[in-house]
Amino acid sequence: MLHELLNALEETLFMVFSSGLLTLLLGLPLGILLAITHPNQSLANSTLANSWLHKSLSALIHVCCSIPYVILMIALIPFTKNLYSSISSSDNHCIFALIPLTLATLPLFAHLCGKAISDIPSTLTEVFISMGATPKQILFKVLLPESFANIMQNFLTTLNHLVGYSVIAGVLGCGGLGQLILEKASVFQFSGFLVIACSLIAIVLLIQRIGGYLIGVRN
Amino acid sequence: MISLENVEKIYQTQQREIHALRGVSLLVEAGEIFGIIGRLAAGKSTLLRCINLVEKPTHGKVIVDNCDLTALENKSLHIARRSMGMISQHPNLLNSRSVFNNIALPLELVGTPKIEIEQIVHPLLTFIGLAEKANAYPAELTEIQKHRVALARALVLTPKVLLCDEPTALMDSKTTHSFLQLLKEVNEHFNLTIVIFTSDMEVIKSLCHRVAVLHHGKIVEQNTVTELYANPQSQLCKDLIKTTSRLELPLTLRKRLRPHPNENSNPVVRMSFIGANAEEALIAYVIQQFNLMINIMQAHVEKIQEEHIGIMIAEITGDSHNINQALEFLAGKNLYIEVLGHATRAA
Repeated sequence: MLHELLNALEETLFMVFSSGLLTLLLGLPLGILLAITHPNQSLANSTLANSWLHKSLSALIHVCCSIPYVILMIALIPFTKNLYSSISSSDNHCIFALIPLTLATLPLFAHLCGKAISDIPSTLTEVFISMGATPKQILFKVLLPESFANIMQNFLTTLNHLVGYSVIAGVLGCGGLGQLILEKASVFQFSGFLVIACSLIAIVLLIQRIGGYLIGVRN
Repeated sequence: MISLENVEKIYQTQQREIHALRGVSLLVEAGEIFGIIGRLAAGKSTLLRCINLVEKPTHGKVIVDNCDLTALENKSLHIARRSMGMISQHPNLLNSRSVFNNIALPLELVGTPKIEIEQIVHPLLTFIGLAEKANAYPAELTEIQKHRVALARALVLTPKVLLCDEPTALMDSKTTHSFLQLLKEVNEHFNLTIVIFTSDMEVIKSLCHRVAVLHHGKIVEQNTVTELYANPQSQLCKDLIKTTSRLELPLTLRKRLRPHPNENSNPVVRMSFIGANAEEALIAYVIQQFNLMINIMQAHVEKIQEEHIGIMIAEITGDSHNINQALEFLAGKNLYIEVLGHATRAA
């Protein structure tokens, strides 16, 4: 039982953190793009503002945000199956959950990042424009450092969402604690069920605590 | 140092055009503290943003330090802006940076080496009296300390001009005083030209050398501060002065006051003079010479920086021909005379 649990735990953590990393790497640039194309943004006379790009991008993000995860996961089964048959040498199922997991959290994270950056008051950026800062300098010296804490907080929330989503992925057969919990429940092993549920709660709390501490240290 | 030539700014909204500035022309000399005073929505902020070209003026020229900013390309504009520091009513510090790094940021933007940054920032920190707070974060500072840091940040590129956008709007009177004192020191220490935009006459009174009055996007009056106090021309300016000096006509007199003279009224005049005129002797002389009675209602000496301005409001009784002669005589002695109205004689 313990061996089983540790194995599943490892798979779950792998799913959560890998797709979390992917979300961060893809979502942050997307969020920045969303913020700097905003029609009311204050980056140096709005040379980057592009309402057409901004509107279509944010519409796409809003649509993706509102797709329930289970449906997304099922809709992606043909695609994932294809992928599975092409690299069938791997018997690690949880790798196939990465794509739907990342797609599930990416839009929301990008949206939140964009908002965190746009929320920095334009009076602040104007001060640096009047100092002669270029748009690039304003982005990297002002906007990103100032919104860093907010973005990281959003990332923590995203990780916690991913824990929940990875369980759904597990129930659908991608391994990890989700799959294990289904196995235990189907043979009425309630003590095992309880242990798994508790460990899921522990993961969420630990991510929140450690992440919160790290953000606090930086500030 | 700064020369504005007929600057106009028109904002285009969907419904109509808004004329924020209607042809502003100004000349600010190097090394002076120039005040621009105006009520809310007079166009102060727009004017400031036009000087550093955060907003492009619709018409007109902005010339700073012999360089026509309105003709510059974006790239050279970034460089030209570095000769202008700016502070505003919010300190606008970066919360993620320490005091030292906040002040150092403009230097980082122009790529100054680290060692030089240290050499520039530390003396400035001492100048603003926050040397021991170098590693503190903005959240640990009081409001006035944040303003001092913002000021140091504005000075770090050794600008030629400092633009201040209502810097004291959110301060209480005590902190206002100490902050203005600091600005004065900056002006003397760095020989820096300061342009200060405000709606507070107190700021103009205690700091500025010259002042322009902005009203509905136009300069309605421009003078040295002492002259402005002694002899305000526009109604707006008279109102503004009223807010800082306690000169009010007594109610009984105000009730008797009429705009036009009749055979049963006496003129009420406001007399003001700059410096130490021998006021008493002049009044006594006029009384004797022209056979008048002068009833002083209010008298007040206003201290504006180093100069004194005497302001007196009096009702003059006597022969109307003699009164006119007396007023002419006083005007010839460099007194500013303004007839406020004509009081009907008490029954």
